[in-house]
Amino acid sequence: MVNKLIKEDTKMFLTGNEVLAYAANSAEAEFMYGYPITPQNEIMHTWCKLLPKTGAGFLQTEDEISAGFSTIGGILAGKRAFTATAGPGNVIMQDAQSMAEMMRIPFVCAVMQRGGPSTATVIYAQQETRLTCYGGNGEGFRIVYSTAGHQDLYDYMIKAFNTAWKYKFPTYVLADGYQGKMREPVMLYDPASRGITMVPTEKALLADGEIGVDRKSAHMRNTYNMEEELMEVLDSYQVDYDKMAEDVAEWEEYKADDAEILVIAHGIVARSARTAIDELREKGIKAGLYRPITIRPLAVKPLREAVSRAKHLLFTESANGQLAQMVLEKIYGLTTPYSTLFKMGVGVTGDDIVQKVENIVKEGV
Amino acid sequence: MARTKIVLAGEGGQGVQSIAKILVEAGYEANKEVLYIPNFGVEQRGGVSIAFCQIADERIGEPRYSKGDIIIMLSDRAIDRCETYVDKNSTVVYDTSVCTKKPTCECKEIIGIDANKIANEQLSARVFNIIILGVLLEATHVLELSDIKNAMELALGKKFDAKPELRELNYKALEMGMSLVAQKAGV
Amino acid sequence: MAELLNLPPNLPKSQNAEVGASKFCPGCGHGITLKSLGNAIDELDIKQKTVFGCDIGCSLLSWNYMDLDTVQTHHGRTTPVIYGVTRANPEAIGIAYMGDGGGLAIGAQHLVNASVRGERLLIIVVNNTNYGMTGGQMSPTTMPGQKTETTPYGRDCSVTGEPAKAAEMVAAIANKSKSYVARSTVSNPMKLKQTFVKALKNVENGGFSFVEVLSICPLNWRTNNVDTFARLQQMEEYFEVKEFLAPESV
Repeated sequence: MVNKLIKEDTKMFLTGNEVLAYAANSAEAEFMYGYPITPQNEIMHTWCKLLPKTGAGFLQTEDEISAGFSTIGGILAGKRAFTATAGPGNVIMQDAQSMAEMMRIPFVCAVMQRGGPSTATVIYAQQETRLTCYGGNGEGFRIVYSTAGHQDLYDYMIKAFNTAWKYKFPTYVLADGYQGKMREPVMLYDPASRGITMVPTEKALLADGEIGVDRKSAHMRNTYNMEEELMEVLDSYQVDYDKMAEDVAEWEEYKADDAEILVIAHGIVARSARTAIDELREKGIKAGLYRPITIRPLAVKPLREAVSRAKHLLFTESANGQLAQMVLEKIYGLTTPYSTLFKMGVGVTGDDIVQKVENIVKEGV
Repeated sequence: MARTKIVLAGEGGQGVQSIAKILVEAGYEANKEVLYIPNFGVEQRGGVSIAFCQIADERIGEPRYSKGDIIIMLSDRAIDRCETYVDKNSTVVYDTSVCTKKPTCECKEIIGIDANKIANEQLSARVFNIIILGVLLEATHVLELSDIKNAMELALGKKFDAKPELRELNYKALEMGMSLVAQKAGV
Repeated sequence: MAELLNLPPNLPKSQNAEVGASKFCPGCGHGITLKSLGNAIDELDIKQKTVFGCDIGCSLLSWNYMDLDTVQTHHGRTTPVIYGVTRANPEAIGIAYMGDGGGLAIGAQHLVNASVRGERLLIIVVNNTNYGMTGGQMSPTTMPGQKTETTPYGRDCSVTGEPAKAAEMVAAIANKSKSYVARSTVSNPMKLKQTFVKALKNVENGGFSFVEVLSICPLNWRTNNVDTFARLQQMEEYFEVKEFLAPESV
């Protein structure tokens, strides 16, 4: 059992990486496995600095491959374990993430996106959206929360552990270098004070009871001999996934009810969109925001409803349409026209969105 | 909605991020909404270092912005890098004793100060960035001197207690920075 | 006579009797290795606290072979999964079981770093000098001149380098007083079991253990019984069979 540091509501002025370490502690996380990569390092730094007070565990591994797999080991041993990564680290950690997906391991990972492809920048991007949702040689049986600031980081990091352990799908907090490195005020709280109970962990290996007396030995595998054998397993996963999606999918709308121009954005870009929408409304343009919070699974029904109400869509991302691609598939059949504002690996500002929307209006929608 | 957008840019090692931290800490302690993004390159040292700070009365939306209200440029490279954040409503401050050129952007006002020279000749090279903090305080008028002093105490209190003359030196630098802007405004 | 045939096979208690016929190829060295390991676990009576991890390659066929809590992982990734377990559960005795490809090629960084950090587990590398499951390609330990699918004219060491000597490497980088490092062989199952006993005892004592097992692969070697063991003997001459590091406590 670890010591929780946040016992009452505490307003703090922190970087996002610090927030994530506190959130993991508040979620009673017991072990972090990690490997250095910018811009997520301070999650580890903060976690390590707090160790004497929390009594939790930490292992600095030799690479992200090991960080991913040893996190799996910790989870199989029954610990609420997690890891964090970014960019090229997220790429090589897909090996472990795909195993977690196949074996329904409650893997929790914070991804602080940086520019890509390759080493690119250590600063910021939304270019790991597709990778985090669908990386690995599989179907993307994953749950991905895309956060838009420090309160989200705290709330959803806590939630990620419960989602993972309840539904047994790998669960991600997808943020970015801005959120990791920026400082803003945040309210930390004890989850219990918000009625949140942590889902108990289970030991998959060395569970209670004696082998041969109380239980059989556990034989966990991710290899299957027959095609049909595999499909049977994956079909059952799909059923679980679809059922889970109804409970887990989250979204946020801002002035979307009467919006003629609906901005669709996730993560920190959705926050810029809010600034833009306020400005556009002042100018008499009816703009609104639809922000998927879970970008995998997407909440399809509210998405289609919001899109149906609008006259024109604007997809904006710090990537070349990675979210748009996922959304377009889900709104297939609707005829609302759309425009795009994609800045690969660069922050989208409120001004960018205002100008784009004004142009759309000028061109006559 | 009152929101002040500040861009602070200089060479790595000039202490840009340190004063940005003190500034936003002061804002936080004064119960303002604040948001600070350090912009950093691959290397930990060297290169242009930029801090994007916002101080506002209401919840802050966009973390990054296209144009700043006040842009402080502390080197030639910072001028090159940051003219993109300037528009007609911006106030630009640059250090004439570090930069070899003058910003050429169209804006509300360009203020040249010689903080580096003053620091070296009259105070100490170490408080150059605190002079700049004073400049910022006077140029933005969103925080009180006491807010900044409180935040300096949080960041540097231990050093000050060990060497009380440091506190005086830093206060002097702060006031010097404020007066630099006040003088320019008077001209 | 019929009654004799109906007797249950003499399996270690930590081997899974329910698994039925072995999935390994006829003449494979994994059966001997796993039985010796099972006997060692029985002797130390550590079945209830042992976690067994197996790799990809032929070693994966051991995923339900033992009556031990088992996790089958990815290629090269058994070591990090198992030290992930033992870091989180200090009571657990971890065993990471893999072939020469998993240990010395795709998972070499984990072997190196687990050795240096003194992770509390036993790493077993079963060395049969080729990638068996994928059809017999050259591995880091393929013998000079050995024919494999990717060295059809024999391993040319001027192009591929010399065979990797795992035990020597691990002994050179592991903590001398806390690590047990040995190379053993399936030609002597009793000795192999004793090696595993020492290695596991050292893990129980909080140490790091590494055992390389010289093994056989008649299918990919395309050898009959006589030639198989002649080949194994050559290997034993090339790869020295001995204890490289052995703490006094074992």
